[in-house]
Amino acid sequence: MNAEIRNIKTNAELALAEAYSAGKTRLPGGRNVVALREEAAARFDALGLPHRRVEEWKYTDLRALMREARPIAGAPDAAGIARAKDAGKRIGDMDARRIVFVDGTFVAELSDLADLSPGLTIRSMAQALAACDPLVEAHLGKVVPPEREGVVALNTALMRDGAVVHVAKGATVERPIHLVFATTGQTPASVFTRSLVVIEAGARVMLVESHDASAGHQVNTALELVVGDKAHVDHIKITGGPSDLVHVSSLMASVGAHARFNDFAFNIGGGVVRNQTFVRFDGEGTLAGLRGASLLNGKQHVDSTLVVDHQAPGCQSREVFATVLDGESRGVFQGKIVVRPHAQQTDARMMTRALLLSDEAEADSKPELEIFADDVQCGHGATSGALDEDLKFYLMARGIPETDAEALLVQAFVGEAIEGIEHAGLRDALMEQVVAWLWARGG
Amino acid sequence: MPAVQETIERVRRIDVDQYKYGFVTDIESDKAPKGLSEDIVRFISAKKSEPEWMLAWRLEAYRRWLTMREPTWARVDYPKINYQDYYYYSAPKRKALASLDEVDPEILRTYEKLGVPLREQELLAGVVRPEGERRVAVDAVFDSVSVATTFQAELKKSGVIFMPISEALREHPDLVKKYLGTVVPTSDNFFATLNSAVFSDGSFVYVPPGVRCPMELSTYFRINEKDTGQFERTLIIADKGSYVSYLEGCTAPMRDENQLHAAVVELVALDDAEIKYSTVQNWYPGDANGKGGIYNFVTKRGDCRGDRSKISWTQVETGSAITWKYPSCILRGDNSSGEFYSIAISNGRQQVDSGTKMLHLGKNTSSRIISKGIAAGKSNNTYRGQVMAHRKAKGARNFTNCDSLLIGDKCGAHTVPYIEAKNSSAVFEHEATTSKISDEMLFYCRQRGLSAEEAVALVVNGFVKDVLQQLPMEFAVEAQKLISISLEGSVG
Repeated sequence: MNAEIRNIKTNAELALAEAYSAGKTRLPGGRNVVALREEAAARFDALGLPHRRVEEWKYTDLRALMREARPIAGAPDAAGIARAKDAGKRIGDMDARRIVFVDGTFVAELSDLADLSPGLTIRSMAQALAACDPLVEAHLGKVVPPEREGVVALNTALMRDGAVVHVAKGATVERPIHLVFATTGQTPASVFTRSLVVIEAGARVMLVESHDASAGHQVNTALELVVGDKAHVDHIKITGGPSDLVHVSSLMASVGAHARFNDFAFNIGGGVVRNQTFVRFDGEGTLAGLRGASLLNGKQHVDSTLVVDHQAPGCQSREVFATVLDGESRGVFQGKIVVRPHAQQTDARMMTRALLLSDEAEADSKPELEIFADDVQCGHGATSGALDEDLKFYLMARGIPETDAEALLVQAFVGEAIEGIEHAGLRDALMEQVVAWLWARGG
Repeated sequence: MPAVQETIERVRRIDVDQYKYGFVTDIESDKAPKGLSEDIVRFISAKKSEPEWMLAWRLEAYRRWLTMREPTWARVDYPKINYQDYYYYSAPKRKALASLDEVDPEILRTYEKLGVPLREQELLAGVVRPEGERRVAVDAVFDSVSVATTFQAELKKSGVIFMPISEALREHPDLVKKYLGTVVPTSDNFFATLNSAVFSDGSFVYVPPGVRCPMELSTYFRINEKDTGQFERTLIIADKGSYVSYLEGCTAPMRDENQLHAAVVELVALDDAEIKYSTVQNWYPGDANGKGGIYNFVTKRGDCRGDRSKISWTQVETGSAITWKYPSCILRGDNSSGEFYSIAISNGRQQVDSGTKMLHLGKNTSSRIISKGIAAGKSNNTYRGQVMAHRKAKGARNFTNCDSLLIGDKCGAHTVPYIEAKNSSAVFEHEATTSKISDEMLFYCRQRGLSAEEAVALVVNGFVKDVLQQLPMEFAVEAQKLISISLEGSVG
């Protein structure tokens, strides 16, 4: 029966709308930002939380998965800040400039803002909003704005803090920037962070985001990233946390001509995780690698959704995603490659693999091609299945115990995606995380 | 390469007007009043002298249809259809027929022009028949009714029932009642529900246990009358251990209005049975500016109900202004298998959204999908498919290959697969590519003296070869010609 679909607001939607109208006067931002928030709040009011009838959220029914909305987190207290001291350890001993946010608020005392290399500016989003920063006003909400996206609208309406990073033309930032988002509050809360990173032409930088939270929190984070012509940017996002955490993340990136952009998403925790990435190629001759690895167990639900929009000719993109599923977890991959009419000589390849270690796990993939130009090479592949028994037998026949053999094969499986990370130290650190995960699994 | 040579010659001979089946047959017809209402549903049911339960079935479907909304998820775009603007029943005027000879000669000539042999007697008399030529039994559906079914007597000898479904409802009501709507329920989707309410004819096939149907069965659909919709319903049942191969062809006159075709096909394969279903769809695609053409909204589904059963769909889609069609397999029986081979070609302003569903429910089920989409002109060609392994479908196996070819820079080719593995023993592999005909290939051909058009036809024939091989021989030749005709005017 196709009954009339009525828009009954859920408790969570009502609570979020209420949180906005009650708290909007205390949110940072000048007149332009207020208008942006108002417009976004109206959009969220119309769209609501995404649900399974929204095609892009077909496999992640957020409306059903997020029945209640937590109250908005306040500024962290001393205990909370103390708890956040060790956050972001997943990157191992990689030397990086730490910029720390606790419960969605920038914490200067934990952050390293000393001796910024020439051309690099880092500010907190709350300060930039309050000061009507021209860079923020020029870009905020304008970098690849996704259509009909309730989650991004909600973030825009309620954003409070985050990082604003600017790298001037031609500058090379040697030391990676590590944005650490720790949500440590003891009562479950909602956190809305928004960051803006603008890399001017010819600049070079590596940016790592770590997200960790304690039990019951709901995190909605968004990053707008502008990669200028001939710039070279690496972006790595690491997400972990307890099994009742809801983490929704949106990356919106526009990439200029002849640039190099490498994006990697590593998921090793969280209850419901949605990583959505919108990348648009604005200039020709750019190379981009978009990769990811996810390790799931228990009742985890991790959704990686990707829209790669080739609007300029002669760009190459490579997407490689590996998902390992154990327990009753569910892994979702949706990847869409769009090639616009004038984006001739596009070369785009996407590969997604799911490895199911348990019979109760479920892997859903939806790789899409939408091609409007004829002189292109585009392809995608998708596989799902259990560990290869023959490979396991080969290892076991050589005296390797079964669990070790399985662990080796899983490492090799996710290794294919992790290999895409340029920084060797980080690559090793993430591989160690994989091994630790396998140990915890009983391997 | 004689077949390729033939294609090239064919392309050479084509004149500007590509659609050669666009003529209108001038005969008197018997029509229901325009529009759709309960009375029309009753009218159709009465016309067919249907049993009471059938009328109730139709009315239930009609009432449900009123509450449903037209689906909008497909990548097709068309003005809103006014469902009151069609004739839901149109039949050539005729008296009761005793034999084929009494069929209106005008209709016979129509089918002759289409190249469909209806004159069984002539065929049987067979003055000069080439050695070993296979015979094909044909059910010809003209607008809303079946006008002739050949070889019925001969098929009867082996126990195969092949007749219009309206006749089957009278002669084998129990069989029809047992299976009708069990694969595509009346509530399935907007167009299937509409079909359930107003379907007028179609073919019914029953192959008894252990019988290998002695000849190819075929239905030829023709829409002739203006402003009519064709709503046929086909039901094929292959009982235990039987085999049947069924072919379907379709054409329509060239008209400026869009005509509606909403068919439902249900296949049931019991233990160890196999059904091979082939379609060459060549409805009028509309003119180069997108005026006219058939809206082809079809629900086709096969149910591998028995263990070790097999259903294979092969389709060559070249016609229709809009194609919305997803022949599917429900792999219910253990060790059952499903196949889908498709060539979808769009040119001009055609829009194709087609694909398949393979639903793995039984143990050790396997499926294979080979789809070749070719977009030319200003058309859009979408493959949309779903492969799903249920939690209990241990050992499910799927292989999918979707390739798209773009000819020209004004068309679009899209791939939208849904792959859902709900247990770890399911092994799914999916690959898709989109590319254009490489310049090197064209250069190679042209250097050897082929024209640009001939070179394209050659490459395209190679591109679709995997699927063409699956067609029964008679159809493969026809399909190959059709492909080159459809692409006419797409290069240069």
